[in-house]
Amino acid sequence: MGRVVVDVMPKPEILDPQGKAVAAALSRLGFDQFASVRQGKRFELEVEGEVTQEALDAARAAGEQVLSNPVIEDVVAVYADETAVTA
Amino acid sequence: MSRIGVVTFPGTLDDRDASRAVRLAGGEPVALWHGDADLRGVDAVVLPGGFSYGDYLRAGAISRFAPVMSEIVDAANRGLPVLGICNGFQVLTEAHLLPGSMIKNDHLHFVCREQVLSVENADTAWTRDYTQGERITIPLKNQDGQYVADEHTLDELEGEGRVVFRYQDVNPNGSRRGIAGISNARGNVVGLMPHPEHAVEPGFGPDGAKGPRSGTDGLRFFTSVLSALVG
Repeated sequence: MGRVVVDVMPKPEILDPQGKAVAAALSRLGFDQFASVRQGKRFELEVEGEVTQEALDAARAAGEQVLSNPVIEDVVAVYADETAVTA
Repeated sequence: MSRIGVVTFPGTLDDRDASRAVRLAGGEPVALWHGDADLRGVDAVVLPGGFSYGDYLRAGAISRFAPVMSEIVDAANRGLPVLGICNGFQVLTEAHLLPGSMIKNDHLHFVCREQVLSVENADTAWTRDYTQGERITIPLKNQDGQYVADEHTLDELEGEGRVVFRYQDVNPNGSRRGIAGISNARGNVVGLMPHPEHAVEPGFGPDGAKGPRSGTDGLRFFTSVLSALVG
């Protein structure tokens, strides 16, 4: 099996309430070197066999049409996960 | 008697309340199922609140692809009155019938309160029985209620009178410009986060002028659409 990863992040201009809460928790726990945190989503799409360009294109289209909402989110990366075991 | 469809998705919670509100207003509620591409000839549609598909992916994101939604989008574009409440509002934004989106409340907590709103546009199919600027109190209960849109879209909504409801006294979730509800350009599609269907019957609503739980400020959403349909 090959695997395509689609990373989705909140748009930079959208305040990320979850990221802010995580940042506050980190600081409380002594991780005070991080100025801010943003929280996004990672989707792993598995395909039969190798990851082809066609699969990458389809994953990008799915990312833009379904996996993200362009009003609040951006698809920031679409790539083959080389660590996935190919059957 | 006008027939008002009430859609049930997997995870919808307030379909019974919405149907009851339609009946109390004098209409006939008609149950619509997410999996049926059939509006059963209804005169208007309510998308009720809840957590359709568990809010997986994003609130309303998966419901948008339900067979009943393609029928609703087509009919709404032809002028069918459609009201989206809470999760229903989220579904309408995901379906591109209304602009913008909802993200988590700015304070991250689930909020459940009796919320004061101002009616900013009393000319839509769902607000014509209110008066412009009237203050109403209906319940608000959600996690992802913070309305966001880009500045251009917000200016357009304000300029065209499409901000239909604004939070008063307190902004309970960080919504841009205190927006609680909006409409499409034609005014037949309205979405809001608070719940009019929970304030339609004395004894079961928010506290009102006549005492505890006496508030029925939500009922006129449903009488509005019934009078809009009669013409």
